[in-house]
Amino acid sequence: MRLSTKSWVAVKTAIWVAALIPAAWLAWDATRGGLGANPIEALQLRTGWWGLVLLTTTLAITPVRRLTGWHSIVRVRRLLGLFAFFYICLHLTNYIVLDQWFDFSMILEDITERPFITVGFAAWLILLSLAITSTRGWIRRLGRKWQRLHRLVYVAAGLGTLHFFWKVKADTREPLVFVAIVAVLLLLRVPGLVPALRRFRWPMRPTRPSTNHG
Amino acid sequence: MRVLKKSDIPSSEITPERVYLNRRSFIERSAQLGLAAAFAPGVLAGCEASPRAADAVPAGADGGPQEADWSGVRSELDEKLTPYESVTTYNNFYEFGTGKDDPAKNAGTLRPRPWSIAVEGEVARPAVYDLEDFLAPHKLEDRVYRLRCVEAWSMVIPWRGFPLSELIRRAEPTGNARYLEFTTLLDADQMPGQRRGVLDWPYVEGLRLDEANHPLTLMTTGVYGRDLPNQNGAPLRLVMPWKYGFKSIKSIVKIRFVEEMPGTTWALSAPNEYGFYANVNPEVDHPRWSQASERRLGELRRRETLMFNGYADQVGHMYSDMDLRRFF
Repeated sequence: MRLSTKSWVAVKTAIWVAALIPAAWLAWDATRGGLGANPIEALQLRTGWWGLVLLTTTLAITPVRRLTGWHSIVRVRRLLGLFAFFYICLHLTNYIVLDQWFDFSMILEDITERPFITVGFAAWLILLSLAITSTRGWIRRLGRKWQRLHRLVYVAAGLGTLHFFWKVKADTREPLVFVAIVAVLLLLRVPGLVPALRRFRWPMRPTRPSTNHG
Repeated sequence: MRVLKKSDIPSSEITPERVYLNRRSFIERSAQLGLAAAFAPGVLAGCEASPRAADAVPAGADGGPQEADWSGVRSELDEKLTPYESVTTYNNFYEFGTGKDDPAKNAGTLRPRPWSIAVEGEVARPAVYDLEDFLAPHKLEDRVYRLRCVEAWSMVIPWRGFPLSELIRRAEPTGNARYLEFTTLLDADQMPGQRRGVLDWPYVEGLRLDEANHPLTLMTTGVYGRDLPNQNGAPLRLVMPWKYGFKSIKSIVKIRFVEEMPGTTWALSAPNEYGFYANVNPEVDHPRWSQASERRLGELRRRETLMFNGYADQVGHMYSDMDLRRFF
């Protein structure tokens, strides 16, 4: 699928708008008392949830690209990844500021002693390093190392879903949905699996995908 | 409804003296504060709460029921009642879903009338009561208690009920009765959350006999001066303010006196995280989070969690020879 520059601007604008809707919705609820009896907890849960949704969406880009042959879709990957990082930063900020009120001894204890917070914080550190090195300059500077570094996004997604899974008390259904999605996206990285899937009839597949390098 | 005068059954006959004395000081302090409950027996009439009437805050609700016994909460800690709206829309009641707002949305299917309660096991007088007969001998009082959830949030709630010790006295436990086991209704039509095996239904909780006899242990029928809304455990629940909230079992249909410590739902579900006692203890963390502090709903900053949720003077003696890290 070949899009004009103008169309890409439209696609990226749409992503900006769509990705900011959850934040706007949160802000709207917050000003109207729509976050319920425990608004700090509601902010914590909702920012984390949207962070995971956007992170898994980012991870889906490469498999979609390989399965459909729409290679230029990779252009939106960085934008989605940075929005995932944005929500996870809100999530962390809410924890540090509103939940713990800058009680850094408590925060340190949480990070070192509570595995679900340890893995969540580790995921944030990974995403921080990926966000910093997401610029053109860093891509050029790191060369082939860049891709190896950015494969850590799978580790971050794994840790993020584990963070969610370990957080819930008994009802693991929703975290397990994320676990399943990340597992499928990882499976699609198994060598040979995507070509095998592509030999299946794929309704949207362009006739000569190899010419579509974007 | 008969008004049970304090002199009808001297509590010293059944209750261990230490607990009895404790209860005495409890009542005396209430009287000194001029807050002792003196309730007209018909006060419940016309107080039927619709489960969705969260905005219809009862009269006098901003200060709570005027005659409520506040001695269960220390005023120097600057504690205010948690709004009725929060008390009735932010609930853990997995029988109606695992989200905090699920019970308020889904509990309309529960039919708290007619309701029957079985009292059985090691008692001289086992019986199955209609709710009205079950409540008839008891004088209901309003008491303001802290509620500390194991998830590290808390509320201050004006409950309405009667001491469980009165019921125990009435049932006449045998010498074998050492524990009480409480069971919630099992009916997936009324409690749709039971269709999912999130926990092993029905919900079961338990108390040691001395804990059950403690004057703070409240067999609860109401909140904010009206009947319990469905999402708060209508028509009958327990409240033990020094224990984590999950001990305060809701919508009770069975009370069984037993010799052995009963298996309780959360302790069976995750034995490394939840114990039988579940006493509020800031020094013993949940494996996944700290119990040192809590968020009081409606407040921005966290509060320090108090030993036994601030009721150490009243309940501490029951656990004086126990390792609370082991028996959490």
